[in-house]
Amino acid sequence: MVWQVTEQVEEERRVHRTGELFGQFETMDQQRESASLGMWVFLVTEVLFFGGMFMTYTLNRSTYPGIFAEASRSIRLSLGAINTVVLIGSSLTMAMAVWASQAGKKKLIPLFLIGTLALGTVFLGIKAVEYHDKYVEHHIPGPSFSFEPGADVATNAHAQLFFSLYFAMTGLHALHMIIGAGLLLWLLRESLRGRFTPQYNTPVELVGLYWHFVDIVWIFLFPLLYLIDRH
Amino acid sequence: MSSIPSTVGNELPNEHYLNATYGIRSWLLTTDHKRIALLYLASVTFFFFIGGAFATMIRIHLLTPDGYLVTPETYNKLFTMHGVAMIFFFLIPSIPAVLGNFLIPLMIGAKDLAFPKINLLSWYIYLIGGCFVLYSFSTGGLDTGWTFYTPLSSVYSNSAVTPAVIGIFINGFSSILTGLNFIVTIHTMRAPGMTWFRLPLFVWAHYATSVIFILGTPVIAITLLLAGLERMFHLGFFNPVLGGDPILFQHLFWFYSHPAVYIMILPAMGVISEIIPTFARKPIFGYSFIAGSSIAIAVIGFFVWAHHMFLTGESSYAALTFSLLSYLVAIPSAVKVFNWTSTLYKGSISYDTPMLYALGFIGLFLIGGLTGLFLACLGLDIHIHDTYFVVAHFHYIMVGGAVMGYVGGLHFWWPKITGRLYPEAMARIAAVTLFVGFNLTFFPQFILGYLGMPRRYHSYPPEFQVLNVMSTAGASILALGYLLPMIYLIWSMRYGRIAGRNPWPATGLEWATDSPPLTENFDKTPEVTWEPYDYSNRPDLGLEVGQPSLAPAHGDD
Repeated sequence: MVWQVTEQVEEERRVHRTGELFGQFETMDQQRESASLGMWVFLVTEVLFFGGMFMTYTLNRSTYPGIFAEASRSIRLSLGAINTVVLIGSSLTMAMAVWASQAGKKKLIPLFLIGTLALGTVFLGIKAVEYHDKYVEHHIPGPSFSFEPGADVATNAHAQLFFSLYFAMTGLHALHMIIGAGLLLWLLRESLRGRFTPQYNTPVELVGLYWHFVDIVWIFLFPLLYLIDRH
Repeated sequence: MSSIPSTVGNELPNEHYLNATYGIRSWLLTTDHKRIALLYLASVTFFFFIGGAFATMIRIHLLTPDGYLVTPETYNKLFTMHGVAMIFFFLIPSIPAVLGNFLIPLMIGAKDLAFPKINLLSWYIYLIGGCFVLYSFSTGGLDTGWTFYTPLSSVYSNSAVTPAVIGIFINGFSSILTGLNFIVTIHTMRAPGMTWFRLPLFVWAHYATSVIFILGTPVIAITLLLAGLERMFHLGFFNPVLGGDPILFQHLFWFYSHPAVYIMILPAMGVISEIIPTFARKPIFGYSFIAGSSIAIAVIGFFVWAHHMFLTGESSYAALTFSLLSYLVAIPSAVKVFNWTSTLYKGSISYDTPMLYALGFIGLFLIGGLTGLFLACLGLDIHIHDTYFVVAHFHYIMVGGAVMGYVGGLHFWWPKITGRLYPEAMARIAAVTLFVGFNLTFFPQFILGYLGMPRRYHSYPPEFQVLNVMSTAGASILALGYLLPMIYLIWSMRYGRIAGRNPWPATGLEWATDSPPLTENFDKTPEVTWEPYDYSNRPDLGLEVGQPSLAPAHGDD
């Protein structure tokens, strides 16, 4: 007989009618595996997405090492360093949220999510301060851009190139943070409803993966933008 | 399911995905991969005809050496918009989003793709991107060439570049999500017994295509984002006046856009790999090599991009390397062609319409592929770079290859999609018309290019007129060849003969369910116990050991 449906599959179908299994899947395992693989594939895409920008930055950095180093020294290392610590801290609380959801500590999940959200907001706040600094110093690319008083046209243009890339890269990263914050708010609502159990916690795990990825992007951005040639 | 399906049935099944629910909402909010495939079918056809209209105007303009139809500026816009509409909104989504979407779950025995809502989302993203591009077309068009080279696109062009760039950027996410969905589906949704090496080659080809979607598309997205920012805010990423590097744009652009050629051709190769064994009544020759060659093309395809840039002054070592790597792509491509040919050898061949397209594909792809080697050759490329030789070469791959595969695949699976057969005699006439029209259009362009006619010029020396007139004449035949299927396929949706489950018959899992299938695809989850393309051991399809080869589905009608 070619066409067979095992009893286990029938059982899973019953689960589907009553539980969290979506119609296209046969088993919970399959659903979990699909969701997790989907997130990993998405993150691969994201790596290439940022990769194009990193490439542009690296090439320009090697073309204009002097001016890029000078321009990079004008952004505040202390704020970047604090932000790095803040973001790593938020990855820790995120990892704790994932752990809490898997261990069935239902009351801890929202706490850790709020912690992650708070640290993410601190990061964005500090980033806003840095952007404001640049605004005050006329380092925002555009008609009013001026790297330093008396800089010649070429220096100005190349420094503007640095700041264009600085804003594009950190801006895109911040956009990912904001999307992540939105996802955290959604998780928070669902976790307050007690939706995540040791049996079903895929959303927490996947948002966790995303959050760690955004963190890792910063781990590369920080040395690229702040640290090279900083003596 | 064990009953032997009749070759041609008498009536459609009572319940199927087309009549399961009614109303415009049931289509616009559907998560059924088969309905989403039909939504894509309608939208890519729309863009095909927009791109086709531009092509028609180009060919009419080139009838005379001085070109009386449009001004030179308008001519620039015509070939740009032709390229943008055809590449980003027709060729790239055509086979994956229409046939792939419809067939992959059926072929692997799944109820749907892994993420049905994301599948619908990707169609909407496609539509939003399409609206931006149509907005650009209708507010003056754009004249940068589909390649958007900077600083022309980011600084100097006075046309509607920004909305087009935004549209293509948005549309990229549609491709990414489709690729993501396919990869996950192929990994996790296969029916019991459907091992990797029992997958139809169509699925292997789509897996390879999805890898390119995932790895390549984000790079073009970020590149166009940077170019768009540069244009909107007068930044200097790729503008040499401000210290940027225009060659970097070309590198990043071709890092995606060369693999994008394989996004177009790989799914077509998958279609051909299904059609050939079906109408040769033989297991495909060298299954694992065809499967592996799809992956090899996808992988090597990522390392050849700079062969578009031999004349940009890149170092001769880089040029040499990229030339060599470009030659390497010929190996997996040839593996496929030789394996298809070997499948035909001593086969019991019937010339049904899909087979005509498949045979046409092999011939045209061979010409397109071999001329690609001419272009990968450093010395020769200096002579024929940016001439009509290039135009002819990539049209042989994209139109002769990808579109032939697409139209052939539409015919092959039309009975599954609609439950009805297209009119065979008419379809054969259309297939031959297409083939003749195509060759008459594009073969003269090889000669034109070799003689030195540059591409993208609105006028040409009078001695090239004869060949240009031939090309335009061919284009009108080609247009007829596209209009005919459009008409009779729509006609057949209502008046075609009932197809039954498996009219050809073919061996894939998609033919083991109703035509048109249920919304859930199968009554019960199928279990696969057979090897792919086995024509001698499938009693469930009436293909038993020792039986004489089956007569063609259509017989003598």
